[in-house]
Formats: sequence, structure tokens, C-alpha cells
Amino acid sequence: MTASSKTTNILVCGTGGQGVMTATEILAEAALSLGFDAKKTEVAGMSQRGGVVTSHLRFGERVLSPQIVPGEADLLVGFEAAEALRWAHMLRPGAAALMNVGRIVPPVVNLGLFDYPDDPVAQMRALGLEVHAFDASALAAELGNIRLGNTVMLGAMADRLPFPAEVLRDAVLARFASRKPELVEMNRQAFELGRRAVAAEALAA
Amino acid sequence: MGAPLPAPAASRLFLSGNEAVARAVWEAGCKVAAAYPGTPSTEILEELARYPDLYAEWSVNEKVALEVALGASMVGARAFCAMKHVGLNVAADALMTLTVTGTEGGLVIAVADDVGMSSSQNEQDSRFWGRFAHLPVLEPADAQEAYGMTKAAFELSERHHCAVILRLTTRICHVKGRVEVGERVAAEPAGFVKDARRWVMVPGNAKPRLPLMFEREAALAAEAETSPLNVLSDGPDTALGFIASGPAFMHVREAFPDAPVLKLGLSCPLPLQQIRALADRVRHLVVVEETEPLLETELKAAGIACHGKDILPRIGELAPDVLRPAVARLLGNAPPVPAHAPEQPVFPRPPTMCVACPHLGVYYTLSQMRNVIISGDIGCYTLGAGHPWNALDTCISMGASMGMALGMDKGRGEADAGKKVVAVIGDSTFLHMGMQGLLDIAWNRGNVTVLLLDNRAVGMTGGQDNPGSGRDIHGEEAPRVDFARLCEALGVKKERIRVVDPYQLPVLFKALREETKIEEPSVIITDRPCVLIDHYQPAPSYRVEEERCTGCGNCVEVGCPAIHVTRRETAVKPSGKEVELAFVRIETTACTGCGLCLQPCAPEAIVHAAPEAPLQFQRKQ
Repeated sequence: MTASSKTTNILVCGTGGQGVMTATEILAEAALSLGFDAKKTEVAGMSQRGGVVTSHLRFGERVLSPQIVPGEADLLVGFEAAEALRWAHMLRPGAAALMNVGRIVPPVVNLGLFDYPDDPVAQMRALGLEVHAFDASALAAELGNIRLGNTVMLGAMADRLPFPAEVLRDAVLARFASRKPELVEMNRQAFELGRRAVAAEALAA
Repeated sequence: MGAPLPAPAASRLFLSGNEAVARAVWEAGCKVAAAYPGTPSTEILEELARYPDLYAEWSVNEKVALEVALGASMVGARAFCAMKHVGLNVAADALMTLTVTGTEGGLVIAVADDVGMSSSQNEQDSRFWGRFAHLPVLEPADAQEAYGMTKAAFELSERHHCAVILRLTTRICHVKGRVEVGERVAAEPAGFVKDARRWVMVPGNAKPRLPLMFEREAALAAEAETSPLNVLSDGPDTALGFIASGPAFMHVREAFPDAPVLKLGLSCPLPLQQIRALADRVRHLVVVEETEPLLETELKAAGIACHGKDILPRIGELAPDVLRPAVARLLGNAPPVPAHAPEQPVFPRPPTMCVACPHLGVYYTLSQMRNVIISGDIGCYTLGAGHPWNALDTCISMGASMGMALGMDKGRGEADAGKKVVAVIGDSTFLHMGMQGLLDIAWNRGNVTVLLLDNRAVGMTGGQDNPGSGRDIHGEEAPRVDFARLCEALGVKKERIRVVDPYQLPVLFKALREETKIEEPSVIITDRPCVLIDHYQPAPSYRVEEERCTGCGNCVEVGCPAIHVTRRETAVKPSGKEVELAFVRIETTACTGCGLCLQPCAPEAIVHAAPEAPLQFQRKQ
């Protein structure tokens, strides 16, 4: 992605309670801080009930429809492995997906009614997509708080935006500085871990 | 509450449609704002409650909310109420007569249609109410317009002395965009003017007012022709012309940037002359509206040829990927072939009940009962219809579980003679529209057992307060309904009313078994708070001792999302019968120690994650 008059479409997906909407909100704040127009929309009927959550962010000179249509997402950010796979068709052909390999297994799978996909990452690669997969949940847990997962994911996308990574990092830190200053340092670390995870994964691939 | 001061005028804020409406209501100097929570409208009042200088309330239902707003308008104050689409069905009785009286202070009714049905029982088009009640309808297309049209709605209301319907959809309410805000302007209410011919709608007073309603409608139709709310976005490609309203306008503009589009912000009454002018210039006129062919039918009745629902779906959202192929076919072109990856089949992820949700105990218990018909209602507990419980048999409208249960009891024949009829309803739904139904059950001596799930919150919409929570919209202490005494006052015998802890499965099971046996109205009130509200206190978490787990899977049947199956095996019993075993673990970081899962665990494999904490619950015998 490069900065141009074109609208940038980023689709963030996950499950209720993972912080998908907050992460997209911060990403929107970063884009707005650079003077872009932006619209953000969610499909999250029952977001606190463990259901599917997607957040669409479109930014550019002027944004009309808030919805990203299938095949037009420039970047897919999956907070959960099967959810990334569920929304893979939203990507432009050949575009990139950043995904957490961490799994959230719903009761319908535990009850034996449905199967969880064996290897969502391989399935996405087989579709011809550029996939960067890493364990954001484990990275967050290493820092001592699973709720840092969304900051890890924000760090992961930071080098794939049409603006400098620092703009996004500053937006993350500014949000915590005003609400929970004691968490700023932790989030800085989480952000850098996410950034490095993608870089390392890209080298290994 | 110590809410932050509103952002200063001329700020450019990133607001959802709901937040934008709230800001505009405050700026318009509105004095009274009322609502009952309902997706996707809920955040409007949540947001308004944070603004100074106005009175905001959660009302017990939408009809009361509209009546509160109408009363404020009668004394000359600007007033506002908000609701989801089905809420206006509840408020319709007041609506259909307030259109006859007209209004004094500006009165705006925001109604949010759940187009696409993210969290509703139907998909209805609230724009019909404008036609039915002869009231103007405004349809914003994004958050900035939601802000602007809310302010315009108050002015329109005062110019024509009638309520104005502000029609929102999910794609307005929950979409954030940049909004430039302005100054607050307030006016002192003029005061109530006693005038029976105006406000007392008996036939003798109402009849002379009916012509006024139609005169007003004609004046509004004239205003629609020149209203700045109706805007032509011109384009060079006259093979196509569009009439669009609401978020559909943005989708049209996105998909067909070169075609002229007449955007109807004031869509009822229609600006027919403007529409005719566009129709004369283009080869195909296409009406893009969510969801019913309402404008389209009116255009056709006026003799304007157009396309609409003959080429577009009648249900769901009309996003660009829906519009492009439909219009391509209309023009005789091949629809665009998608180049992207095909959609991958992935298991469904239906919303679940929360970890430690008190409803888990109720539905686990109901799922263990035989020969029972369960009349359900609207709230989180509607999820009881899903797996693993499959223990809710109906869901229609707010409070309907009561009346339907009575009807099932009175209407049953031989086929259902031996069955128990149970109704399940939450605290807020009961207070919204359920207690009249219970009154009917008690009065008419129905053989129904009512499970009143009191979790002290409007759970599904995010845990708002209600008259059963003991707090008001600001979280401040307020009178709390005593459900047991209320049920008694409605006519249920005191000895047929029980209050039980839904975390105590054997107690709940026994109460249900006993009350369903006795052939008279009974009420079982469960009294555990929603786990999502601030006052919820988690308990020490549990884990599974792997070597003791026998794979019986009983705990999985509770339906708690913190219980995960680690492996499955097929075993052969001494009888030769094959059984599926499911060995489990508990996600200890998610578990909040309700203790429901350990009660059906026969091998006592579920223990506290921290070993010193004592077990508090009885086990299933």
C-alpha cells in the first residue's frame, strides 16, 4: 500500500471481547491525525456474546460508503485464526493478511457439532494470499496480560500502512496516556513485539 | 457522574451516527430525552445522559418514552425519544394520535431500523409510519447528516407543529465518521396552554383536527420540493439516474460515481416535481431504498416509470456489491465476475451466553426437563434456544412469552395434555411489556409457571439499568421494584412465588418440578446479577483435574464458553453400547467461579484453581 488519492480499506476481524473495535478505532484515529477522511463500521450484533466481529475501516481523501465489499480489502487483520479464514475472500487478490494463530474455540465446536479448521494458515496460503501468521495471544500472555493482544495486532499492522508506523504507535500510546497511564509502557512493548513478530515471520517465510 | 464537558463548537469529531444524534439533540436545546434500550439505537440515550443541561431517562418501554417526550413538548420544551424499529410498534398507539393533536415544543422521534438484522426479531421499514401517521420522515446518509438532520428535525417540527420521525438504520447508528459540531442554543419552554380542543382527543375535538393534519401534509410536500435536505448530486452519465435515501445513497455514489443521484433527506412527503425532473433526463430511473419498495410505489402511483425492487433485493443492505451486478443486468451488461478468493466454509459462531451467566443454570435445568413447552421472550435468554440447551420454543415480541403461554395452556388439546407450560422472561422485558401478561395469567387462572430471570440489567443491549436494578440512567440510586411483591400484587398466590439462586442447580430443578406440577399460576424468580455489569463480583476460578475427568461431558452440557474439549474418544460400555467421551479443560483465566459446571460432574474432577478455596455447591446426586 502506498499513500495516494485511493481509499485504503482495512478489515479487522475477530470475536467478541478481543478488542477488535477498539483497535480499529485507534487505527482510525491515526489516519484522522494525518488529515484523512475516514469511516469505520462494524458488524457486531452481539459483540459481547462471543460472536463474530468485523470492523471495516476506510480512509482516504473522501470516503463515501463505509463498507468494504468482498475482494476490495487492502489488508486483513485477523485477531483469531478461523476468523481470518472466514473473511479471507474480502481481500484483494494477492493482498496480505496478518493473523493471530491463537484460537478461540466456540461451544458449537466443543459440543462436537462443527469442526475447527485443521490449519487455517495453510488454507489461506493455498488461496494465493500473502499470509503473516504469529501467536499474538502468546506474546500478550508473555507480557502478563492477554488483553494486550489487540496492541500486539496493532503493532503487527504498523509497517503495512500508507503512513509511518510511529503515527499508529503514538495513537495507541496517546489513548492509554489519557485513560490508563500505568499501561503505556506495557502497550509500547506489546506494540513493538507485534511489529517484530511480523518482521521475523516475513524473514522466516 | 463527572462526565467530561462536551467538545467545543467547531470541533471536528469522529462520531458514530448515534453519538452525532445525541450531540445535535443537546445543541438543539432539547430539555427532555427518553428511550428504552434497543439495538441499534441504544447509544443515543447512553450518550445523552452524559450531557449537561437536559433531562435524560431510560423509560420502561418505548410507548412511555414517547409519551414522556410528548408531555414535554406540550409544555413547550424541545423533546426527543429514541427506539429501535420494533419499539415504534409499541409506541404506535401514542404516535397515531399525537399526529392529530400536533406538538408545541419541537418533538423528534428517532427510530433505528436494524437493516440486515444484526440483533432483532424482524426487519421492518419504519418509513411506513410517516405515511400511516402523516408525519415527515428524515433519512440521514451518514453521521454528519445524522447530526445536521437532527437539528433540522427540531426546526421542522416547530414550523409545522408536528412530530418528526428521524429514520436511522444500523449503518447510520454504528458507523463512525467525521462530524463538525456547533453551539448549543436553548430556549425557555413557553408553558402549557390549556386547550381541550387541542389536547383532549375525544371524537368531538379530534374530528375538526383531521383536516389540519392533511393541510400540514400538503405544506410539507411543498416544502420538500425546495428543502435543502433533498440534494441532487449531478453526474454526466444519463443512461442511469438514481433516487436514494439513507445509507443507500452512499452505496450508490460509491458504485456509480458518474450517474446523477437525487438524495432524499426529507423523504416523506416526496418531492415529486424534483423526481419527475430527474426522471425526464435519464434513460433508466432506479430507486435504491432500504428495505421496502416504498418510494418506488409512490413514484409509480404518480406515473413516474422507475426500477427498484424488480432488480434489487427486498431484504438486507444494498451495498455496492449488491448494486453493481443488478444494474449491470438492467443495462444488458454481464455482471462483474469476482476475482477474489471464494468464501471459505468455517463453522458458525453464534453469540453465546457469557462465562458464569446466571441464565446458564436456568437453561441447563430446563434442558433436563421432559414434556415441557417453553414460551420464550426477548433478551440474552433468547439464546437458550441454541446449543447445547435447545430449551426455548418461541420468541416473538417483548413480553409475548406471558400471553402466549396462557394461550398455549387454554388452547391445548389431547396432544399436549400432559405437558407443562413454562414462560421465560427477563426482568427488564417483564417490566417493559410482560407484567400485563402475567396479570392476564393470574386473573384468568392459567396453568403456567413463569421463570422471571432477574439479572438486574438490560443485558443484551449492554447492561443498562431498569426499574429492577435500583439505579437510574446516571447510575444513581433509585427505587427498586420488588418482583416478588409485584407478582403477588398482580394476583399470583404468595406461596406460588419463589426466589431461587440459579447457580444452585438442584434447588432450581426442585422448584421447577414442584411448581409445574401444581395447576395454577406460579412464578420462580432467579436472582443473580448479570456478569457484565460493574457490580458483578467474580469468585475464585476452577480447573479440571485431568486424571479424574472421565469424559462424561455433563459439564459441556452447561454451555459455558470457558469449558473446552481437549480430546474425544469412543468407549464401549460393558453392555456393548458405544459412547462418545469428551475430556475437558476449563479456561481458568476466563472462569469466574460460578460453580455451575462442577454440580453435574460426577467424578468430582472440577476443583478450585487455587486449592485452598472451599467448594460451595451441592453436587448432582
